[in-house]
Amino acid sequence: MLPNPSTVESVAAAMDMAELRGRSLWADARTRFSRNKAAVVSLVLLILIGAFAVFGSYLTTHERDFIDFSLTGRYAYLGVPSFETGHYFGTDADGRDLYARTVQGTGISLMVGAVGALVAVTVGTLYGATAGYFGGRIDGAMMRIVDILMSIPFMFVLILMLVIFGRSIFMLFLGIGLISWLDMARIARGQTMTIKNKEFVEAAHAIGVHPAKIILRHIVPNLLGIVIVYATLLIPNMIIFESFISYLGLGVQEPDTSLGALIGEGARNMGNGVLWQLFFPLFFFVMTIFALFFVGDGLRDALDPKDR
Amino acid sequence: MSPILSVRDLSVTFDVRRPGSWPWTPARKLHAVSEVSFDLAPGECLGVVGESGSGKSTLARAIVGTVPSSGGNIFFEGADLANMDARQRRVHRRDVQMIFQDPLAALNPRMTVGEIIAEPLITHEPKTPRKQVTSRVRALMERVGLLPNLVNRYPHEFSGGQCQRIGIARALILKPKLIICDEPVSALDVSVQAQVVNLLMELQRDMGLSMIFIAHDLSVVRHISDRIVVMYLGRVMETAASDILTTAPEHPYSQALIASVPIPDPVLERARPRPILEGELPSPLAPPSGCVFRTRCPKVQPSCAGTRPALQDIAQGHQVACPFHAAQQVLAVTG
Amino acid sequence: MPLLEIDNLRVTFSTADGDVNAVNGVSFDINQGETLAIVGESGSGKSQTAFAMMGLLAKNGRAAGAARFDGKDLLTMSNRDLNQIRAREMAMIFQDPMTSLNPYMRISDQMAEVLMLHKGMGKAAAINEATKMLDAVRIPDARARITMFPHEFSGGMRQRIMIAMALLCQPRLLIADEPTTALDVTVQAQIMQVLGDIRRDFGTAVILITHDLGVVAGFCDRTLVMYGGQIMEEGPTDDVFASPVHPYTSGLLKAVPRLDRADATLATIAGEPPDMSRLPAGCPFSPRCAQVLDNCRAERPVLATRGNRRRACHLPIKEVA
Repeated sequence: MLPNPSTVESVAAAMDMAELRGRSLWADARTRFSRNKAAVVSLVLLILIGAFAVFGSYLTTHERDFIDFSLTGRYAYLGVPSFETGHYFGTDADGRDLYARTVQGTGISLMVGAVGALVAVTVGTLYGATAGYFGGRIDGAMMRIVDILMSIPFMFVLILMLVIFGRSIFMLFLGIGLISWLDMARIARGQTMTIKNKEFVEAAHAIGVHPAKIILRHIVPNLLGIVIVYATLLIPNMIIFESFISYLGLGVQEPDTSLGALIGEGARNMGNGVLWQLFFPLFFFVMTIFALFFVGDGLRDALDPKDR
Repeated sequence: MSPILSVRDLSVTFDVRRPGSWPWTPARKLHAVSEVSFDLAPGECLGVVGESGSGKSTLARAIVGTVPSSGGNIFFEGADLANMDARQRRVHRRDVQMIFQDPLAALNPRMTVGEIIAEPLITHEPKTPRKQVTSRVRALMERVGLLPNLVNRYPHEFSGGQCQRIGIARALILKPKLIICDEPVSALDVSVQAQVVNLLMELQRDMGLSMIFIAHDLSVVRHISDRIVVMYLGRVMETAASDILTTAPEHPYSQALIASVPIPDPVLERARPRPILEGELPSPLAPPSGCVFRTRCPKVQPSCAGTRPALQDIAQGHQVACPFHAAQQVLAVTG
Repeated sequence: MPLLEIDNLRVTFSTADGDVNAVNGVSFDINQGETLAIVGESGSGKSQTAFAMMGLLAKNGRAAGAARFDGKDLLTMSNRDLNQIRAREMAMIFQDPMTSLNPYMRISDQMAEVLMLHKGMGKAAAINEATKMLDAVRIPDARARITMFPHEFSGGMRQRIMIAMALLCQPRLLIADEPTTALDVTVQAQIMQVLGDIRRDFGTAVILITHDLGVVAGFCDRTLVMYGGQIMEEGPTDDVFASPVHPYTSGLLKAVPRLDRADATLATIAGEPPDMSRLPAGCPFSPRCAQVLDNCRAERPVLATRGNRRRACHLPIKEVA
């Protein structure tokens, strides 16, 4: 039986005919995320670290490539962190302001992570969703390409690229972009295979929605949960990856720097009584990565409550 | 009156590959639907019943066009949907809409109710002004018994019955000519099931819709349909008017099926003869030769293994695929 | 003394959004060899009632009240004692048989294990006994098929295996939770026949939990109707079906399409199934009841006994439509 129109009307009138805003799944996830203390604290920390990378340079008293010759040869005791000299984090082995260099290093490291995640999210998701949605031969061909790319030892190729084309940040980003989307494509494809068998995708197909629209409107939004989680967990990997390359001396080139390069330098000078050179970059590095892991964990619980 | 839909010898087969087999070894064929034929008159409701594995859902999907057919024709208003290219087919989709079994799973959890219902309209008439889209969505929501001010809510905020109403609204917004319902009420509670059945019947009558109603629950199918097609292992066993099929089925499978349906009346239920159908559905990968039902048929004859019995007319609008058919009353009907 | 006596059973789940009362003061009993149907829709609390007495509630659920099996309270019993009773005296079968079958073990090993553990049988004797039980649930060629794995059987066959396993120790009570819901009608008829034979041959009492009124009509001596975690009415099956004394039962019976009747339209119960986290103060059915009275919304009707029937409704019996 249909509720008769007069009932509908009276109920509607009672509800003031206000258009009720629905609680989307995203809103639900936000609520669940905000209940996770560790994740919220980490998110705040991450924002602070981001602010440090962006605005920290306004507080510097020295250019990051300015060599403080007045300290030459006496870094171990004159280059200690101090507010008086303006070297808040002390100086590095060449007499450059470590604060300014940490700000820049944090910025570069975060950017590496962001670029990696961005490429992974856009290319990886679309590639995986397309392969998964069409299936069959298209899927076979697309995923074999991924397999082949994955089987290449990337560290080796990247080092080769950096040697041949010269070491530059651009080459580094390119290299990271090239590998970061592969895992994401596999994850997105696997999820798409599940989602495409849901009735709402079939419904869209039956309605006559164009396949490209089905992927963008029905598949991708339902992938985003897992994609975001994976991306937050991917960023630390990218940062660690870049740090490793920079540690080897192949990544960011002087006078630019990254957290990995700074840590590498700090570690080499550890025996000279200049522990702050290791401590400050390492602190930001560890904090960023921990925060990202906690945020990723919080997001996973928030977006996929069933898996807890 | 000429039928709105004529299905002729429709077959659907799926390729099944053993996992780990070589890509060049030929796939085995799963015959989900085999040589199915029926007509649907305008404004008529045709029920399709059968157990799981009978191919009834695949049949629905072949008509809607989400599963490709491998043989035969689907004439919709004279045009053959089964042999059309993708572009032509998309134009025809607006006239044939589907309602799904799982009310919640059939709705995209990331879209609002308004977006879900409007999607067919936006897809087929992209130039419709926004205002008109909203007003049509709201009118339709009211028509199917949903409060129009819930238009910005998300599917998970609704109960199963309400979700099914949303699915119905989506199917109706383009004013289609044919609605295909695949088990639309089997996931709903009994008390809500009746609401949805009544809504569908009312909409069908008021909008002059033709309908194919697929379900495993014979009682519901009988209630809503004018005629019923009984399927077994991808083939039509019997087609007859609802009353005739339930009171005097001719095919042994129809008889067994009806005898198995429990009736909520203890006195009647105790008095009923209960010929239990033994055995299980054979594999659709290797269907029996001859009559597909012969392996479980209580009236099987040696000749059943030979030739496959064709559907034969035994009365006006009554067809049976069994040469040994005989009417048998398995149910005392009242009211 | 009844075999099982449920006394004012309550089941509460603590969730992030507060406590949810799934079962609110349910009392009933069942005698040796009797069959009782618990009928209800989703959210009626019918399954949670059974889970509570089997000690199978989810982690966030707790049961209060009493469930006495043979005079011993199952709710306060130690886990050890409960396990003994669960294995030997009462068994449960579920809608999905795979929940209680181990997919990596042969049927023979799974069934023999139960007998060896609880009856101290040797392996050969146990397998022999298990085969007999598979014969009893009419699995063709049981002797050969007992060595197969669960996934090699069809849904109907698995359900039979589960029944056979539940009956291995010849329990006095079998609780069947929607045993045929996932099955086709012809298979459902087979399974119900098996359950009927078991009950006749072994004298097992059966509690059948279902939403299907048709299945109840053909199988059960007594019927108990639940809604919103409470009992609406209870009585001999014939009487409940012929003359329901609660508007919910009466509405439910009219809402089910019947194969033997050609009704023009189905009567419906307006509204949606109850939201268990927001039950009304009075009768849980009052928001949907067509014959609701003023005091129904405020005051919860008590379950009153009259002869062999019980009902919880403010409306006089004669006025129930």
